[in-house]
Amino acid sequence: METKIENKIETNEIKYTSKDFSSDQDVRWCPGCGDYSVLAQVQRTFPDIGIKKENMVWISGIGCSSRFPYYMNTYGFHTIHGRATAIATGLKLSRPELSVWVATGDGDLLSIGGNHFIHTCRKNVDLKLLLFNNKIYGLTKGQYSPTSEKGKITKTSPYGSVDYPFNPPLLALGSEATFIARSLDRDPKHLQEMIKRAADHKGTAFLEIYQNCNIFNDGAFELLTDKETKADNVVVMTHGKPLIFGKNNDKGIKLDGFRPVIVDLNDPNNSVNDLWVHDEFDSSPVRASILSHFTDMPGMPTPIGIFRQISKPTYNEGLKKQIELVTEKKGKGTLKSLLYSDGTWEVN
Amino acid sequence: MREEKIAEKELQNLKEVTIRFAGDSGDGMQLTGSQFSDTTALFGNDLGTLPDYPAEIRAPAGTLYGVSGFQVHFSSADIYTPGDTPDVLVAMNPAALKINLKDLKLGGTIIVNTDSFDSKNLALAKYESNPLEDEALLSNYKVYPVAITTLNATALKESPLSNKDINRCKNFFALGLMYWIFNRPIEPTIKWIYEKFGKKLDIAQANEKALKTGYYYGETTETFTTRYSVEPAQLPKGVYRNIAGNEAIALGFVAASLKSGLPIFLGSYPITPATDILQYLASYKNFGVKTFQAEDEIAGITSAIGASYGGSLALTTTSGPGMALKTEAMGLAVMTELPLVIINIQRGGPSTGLPTKTEQADLFQAIYGRNGECPIPVIAASTPSDCFFTAIEASKIALKYMTPVILLSDGYIANGSEPWRLPDPDSIPEIPVSYRTEVEGFYPYLRDENLARPWAVPGTPGLEHRIGGLEKANINGNVSYDPDNHEFMVRLRAAKVQKIQQDIPDLEISYEQEGELLVLGWGGTYGAITEAVVKARAEGHKVSQVHLKHLFPFPKNLANVLNSFKNVLLPELNLGQLAKVLRSELFIDTISLTKIKGLPFKSSEIQNKIVEILGGNNGN
Ligand code: SF4
Repeated sequence: METKIENKIETNEIKYTSKDFSSDQDVRWCPGCGDYSVLAQVQRTFPDIGIKKENMVWISGIGCSSRFPYYMNTYGFHTIHGRATAIATGLKLSRPELSVWVATGDGDLLSIGGNHFIHTCRKNVDLKLLLFNNKIYGLTKGQYSPTSEKGKITKTSPYGSVDYPFNPPLLALGSEATFIARSLDRDPKHLQEMIKRAADHKGTAFLEIYQNCNIFNDGAFELLTDKETKADNVVVMTHGKPLIFGKNNDKGIKLDGFRPVIVDLNDPNNSVNDLWVHDEFDSSPVRASILSHFTDMPGMPTPIGIFRQISKPTYNEGLKKQIELVTEKKGKGTLKSLLYSDGTWEVN
Repeated sequence: MREEKIAEKELQNLKEVTIRFAGDSGDGMQLTGSQFSDTTALFGNDLGTLPDYPAEIRAPAGTLYGVSGFQVHFSSADIYTPGDTPDVLVAMNPAALKINLKDLKLGGTIIVNTDSFDSKNLALAKYESNPLEDEALLSNYKVYPVAITTLNATALKESPLSNKDINRCKNFFALGLMYWIFNRPIEPTIKWIYEKFGKKLDIAQANEKALKTGYYYGETTETFTTRYSVEPAQLPKGVYRNIAGNEAIALGFVAASLKSGLPIFLGSYPITPATDILQYLASYKNFGVKTFQAEDEIAGITSAIGASYGGSLALTTTSGPGMALKTEAMGLAVMTELPLVIINIQRGGPSTGLPTKTEQADLFQAIYGRNGECPIPVIAASTPSDCFFTAIEASKIALKYMTPVILLSDGYIANGSEPWRLPDPDSIPEIPVSYRTEVEGFYPYLRDENLARPWAVPGTPGLEHRIGGLEKANINGNVSYDPDNHEFMVRLRAAKVQKIQQDIPDLEISYEQEGELLVLGWGGTYGAITEAVVKARAEGHKVSQVHLKHLFPFPKNLANVLNSFKNVLLPELNLGQLAKVLRSELFIDTISLTKIKGLPFKSSEIQNKIVEILGGNNGN
């Protein structure tokens, strides 16, 4: 059963086009950068999510992707390194009627901003977090990032990095994000769909976008985006559908206990009916956790789509409700009642 | 029957008394002290209090570093401080006696709990022999040994409480005894006990019994032959409450919220000694106050910046180490010209320093401590009740000039309390605020007559725009790397903050308007300076006083005021930070009196300096 979880931000009768969302600023990313595609898909999607333009806000930190707000003709705030989620949290709590989006990168969100990221997820603040993951520091010209693979040779790791990378969806899952998804800059349709789903979600929506930095980490996702190799290396997670991939749709994934195994569907001993059927709304995080781990398992395809979406009250709702309840119980406060409360005495 | 007994005992009238309650940090001394203060305030005395507690929440019992104290100074006349030297020390154990004896007035009164003077506690306090048998102690002070633990336990032997819980009531015994000695009513505390422990009736009843037993003990025992009375002070007419600085700050911001019509958003991370403000504001939900206990100091300020961008009265509270962490975000608030109040309750530094002790050493940090040319107005509160008005003023400046403002307080006035004559809520002026809604001609970095930019909050149709931490082009607010524009904007931001001077009232000098000596102060030293000046003048010394609230920018007439005196004495709880600022900004030298012990000034320290500077000539 489809249990779509929807947001309740004031919707809109006006029909926008993608042009309405582009600002008058020249876009200054390197030619060929994956960020262009993300911008285009956001601008294409936004007319359909039905929120008034003035109620949308883009907040970013520092990094190439964090220039994003300048190119969107909505409200926008290009803040400081790592703090976009915290600033967005303050905005959302103070103005819950706004639709607040965060554009961020792997350094911004997972390194300097790691603390704010996990706590935003934990609190389930109703924010849309778009992680432009290019696995490199682009703006500072090519140093390894917290998502770079171990052994990565960069300017600050000339002999190969010795640290292990984060697994972003797994980190989001461990931090209790209520919407966790992944898409690719070079798969516009899929990316648009994911943006729409994130927009519809109520609570912290985390969307990791694999984004090619053609200057400092070109080809990082080539296997996943190249026509020739894509089908064999990407599995699209679709709710209610078995996990099938491969050029001829002939590879399936089934669970052997907690261990995912790839089976050849050309072999008559294997049946589609035995495959792992994806459930986006699974209340247990176990399967989403296994799916997140695919990228660490040699031979497994990279999952794109929604790992998991669950519904629970948001932080902003909780805060609002508490204020309403206390106000109902105590009555709206006045300065007189506050100052002249208990423990006063009169001198005549 | 009871009245007869009272008549047998001498009742002596005193003008003022300072009492220090001291014991283990688990002995409930803060509670005992604040109950005594509240009752004394209700009784009508003027008073000042100073809690002094260790950073450890429950340090090992009996140790020297686990001693917690609470000092209260009360009087039948105006007073300005919690008292320099206590007249009375209540010492619940040997460690409390050892730590506090050196502060006690010679000939002062000591009430000790003799039960705790056993070999174990004496050893923990590093006493080689029992000080209560020390001739010098007995001849220099009036020592009253009372077996508080035993008397309390005997009184409560019928109580269903465990022995451990019974023992915990003994501070109420001590409090009861002090109420008797100082002729105060016990009813307010009994009322408080039932409000606080009402749900745990056994505990409430035991505490009440302990309190009354202590009170009657004073009355019936032969030990105490005298009780003292301090008549109510002649305070101006009005309704009063006892207030500590942190609560006053919280109240002040609620007032600013109601007067401006903007909801409060506080982003904060708990830190001593600022946490109370977060706690108070968290309880004012029915004022629409939103508090966000953030994951760290940085999220505290950045969430507040987000809320300010959204149109709230945005606040962040902290102390020194937290200020350091918030520094980069303050720069963002300066660059994006968003209103925000940053509250620093200063404590001893650097680093973790002395978390529970007071200091004024964050002045440089407040005025100068950021990257780039980054001007932020700085104002400081001077007394617990002044925190209320300073909070309102900080909000006003932030909203009118679209700027972050730093409000400095300190641990001393944050935790210290005084009776406060409550203002008429209607007498507090409205704070005019308007968001930009007009689409025609809108640019995010337009300027009004005060050089403030428009506050165009998200949700306003037609005003969609982008701001950020990169340098802004004048007026249109686009990102700009243009060299001339950068210099223009740097100067513009500085000019805007300087413009605040137009709203700062001229400093008013107390006493002679010119002469030999002026004592200048800022922040929480107000009480000690005032008392010192009053006393010095009473002795015939001609000395004037002025106190700064606005540290950046300064009041317009500051240089004139300082230049009207031959000498300016400047007491500060740091190594002379304001003195250095005055020298560099105004080319004015002061006589810097510094103290950096984590403790407030004693008025006598300042008074002695005044006398020393004036020498024999009394300033004439
Ligand atoms: S450096 Fe890389 S990520 Fe940055 S704009 Fe250029 S291509 Fe894009």
